[in-house]
Amino acid sequence: MVEVKRLCAALLLAGSLGGCATSGGNPADPLERVNRAVYAFNDVADKAVMTPVAKGYRAVLPGFVRTGISNFFSNLEDVWISVNDVLQGKFQQASEDATRVIFNSTFGIAGLFDFASDAGLPKHNEDFGQTLGRWGIESGPYVVVPFIGPSTFRDGFGLLFDYKADLVYWATESVPVRNSLYATRATSNRAKLLDATSLIEQAALDKYAFTRDAWLQRRRNLVYDGNPPRERDESDDEPTK
Amino acid sequence: MKIALCFLFAVLPSLAQAQSMAPDVLVRTITDEVTAALKKDKDIQAGDAKKAADLIETKIVPHFDFTRMARIAVARNWRSATPEQQKELASEFKTLLVRTYSSALVNYKEHQIDYKPLRAKPEDSEVTVKSDVKPSGSTQPVTIDYELEKTDNGWKIYDVKVDGVSLVTTYRDTFATEVREHGIDGLIKSLAAKNREPLGSRAGKS
Repeated sequence: MVEVKRLCAALLLAGSLGGCATSGGNPADPLERVNRAVYAFNDVADKAVMTPVAKGYRAVLPGFVRTGISNFFSNLEDVWISVNDVLQGKFQQASEDATRVIFNSTFGIAGLFDFASDAGLPKHNEDFGQTLGRWGIESGPYVVVPFIGPSTFRDGFGLLFDYKADLVYWATESVPVRNSLYATRATSNRAKLLDATSLIEQAALDKYAFTRDAWLQRRRNLVYDGNPPRERDESDDEPTK
Repeated sequence: MKIALCFLFAVLPSLAQAQSMAPDVLVRTITDEVTAALKKDKDIQAGDAKKAADLIETKIVPHFDFTRMARIAVARNWRSATPEQQKELASEFKTLLVRTYSSALVNYKEHQIDYKPLRAKPEDSEVTVKSDVKPSGSTQPVTIDYELEKTDNGWKIYDVKVDGVSLVTTYRDTFATEVREHGIDGLIKSLAAKNREPLGSRAGKS
């Protein structure tokens, strides 16, 4: 609940400050000044806490244990993914994802093993933000949410639903247990991204803009399930020299 | 004889042969060659980014059109750049990409790659080769799409999209901001500065 409040507060804050923030030029990012500040904050928090924890996690646990943990959370997630499949009218994919849950929860021992993927039922990526996008809702301005990272107005709104529909949220009455599940999942997810972080460090002239633009492209790609309409290539009307 | 020839082609696709290859065959050949080389090379596995860069330079770079990539990334400002500036932009952008991906190759792990059937007409001069890459130990495949154009020297790749994220257009806004604030020369300068940072220096940080 605290997280939801924090998220709302962040979105409101970003919205209200947006009026006076000057734009850096990207029409998708009118709140750039605020976003950069939050990004810088997240970056510090990430370097100080999440990265060391994730590195420790990766160093201490053998690969198969990490895969098991990741699979476990991924299996819980598949339930909400199936619901979003239905909401988006993808009934074939919905039945596949529901089958994944049944398969992996039983033969895969509570989701520790992802047998469904090997059996030809690949994992899908859906969330409520994508469902809203599928329904034709524009992403709105880009926002960097404290502690969470890149999002947009639409996807931030979607996150509220994702949070409420999260099985970890419902799994237990015990707040400490639930929080340790959240922490484990966050660590597991962060550990998977360690190599990607060093790639961004190497690739980007401006990490903030690079992360933003890559993230926006990825979300667009997800909403269109890998086949987004081609964007006009600004320079391509110019003949090759 | 035919089998022997096929084998030769599979093992040694030189540039000359690459010129006549179909786009999907070309992409697959490059990927196979590079992964085979990576598997053999203990130095790269141990973190030798310089050697990884050499591998990219010889096996991958010849199949890319860096001028077009720079043109797409620099977008409308490309027109206001002089031919010399365009050349410098293309060369610095190339260096940046090679350096980025040579540090990534060092982290290479076994992948399973599935190529999707090519959907293109024979007369097409631009095609997309799509593939699904599944890193071992991960359940969710990553899509890698290669955009190719037909040139007099065979098919050349001008963009690679990983899960829909283009390694070219992702630079657009950064480049545009740089040009707006410091001009084309400013952009060239900051690319050059980035390229002078020691390789892999960031990886060890934090």
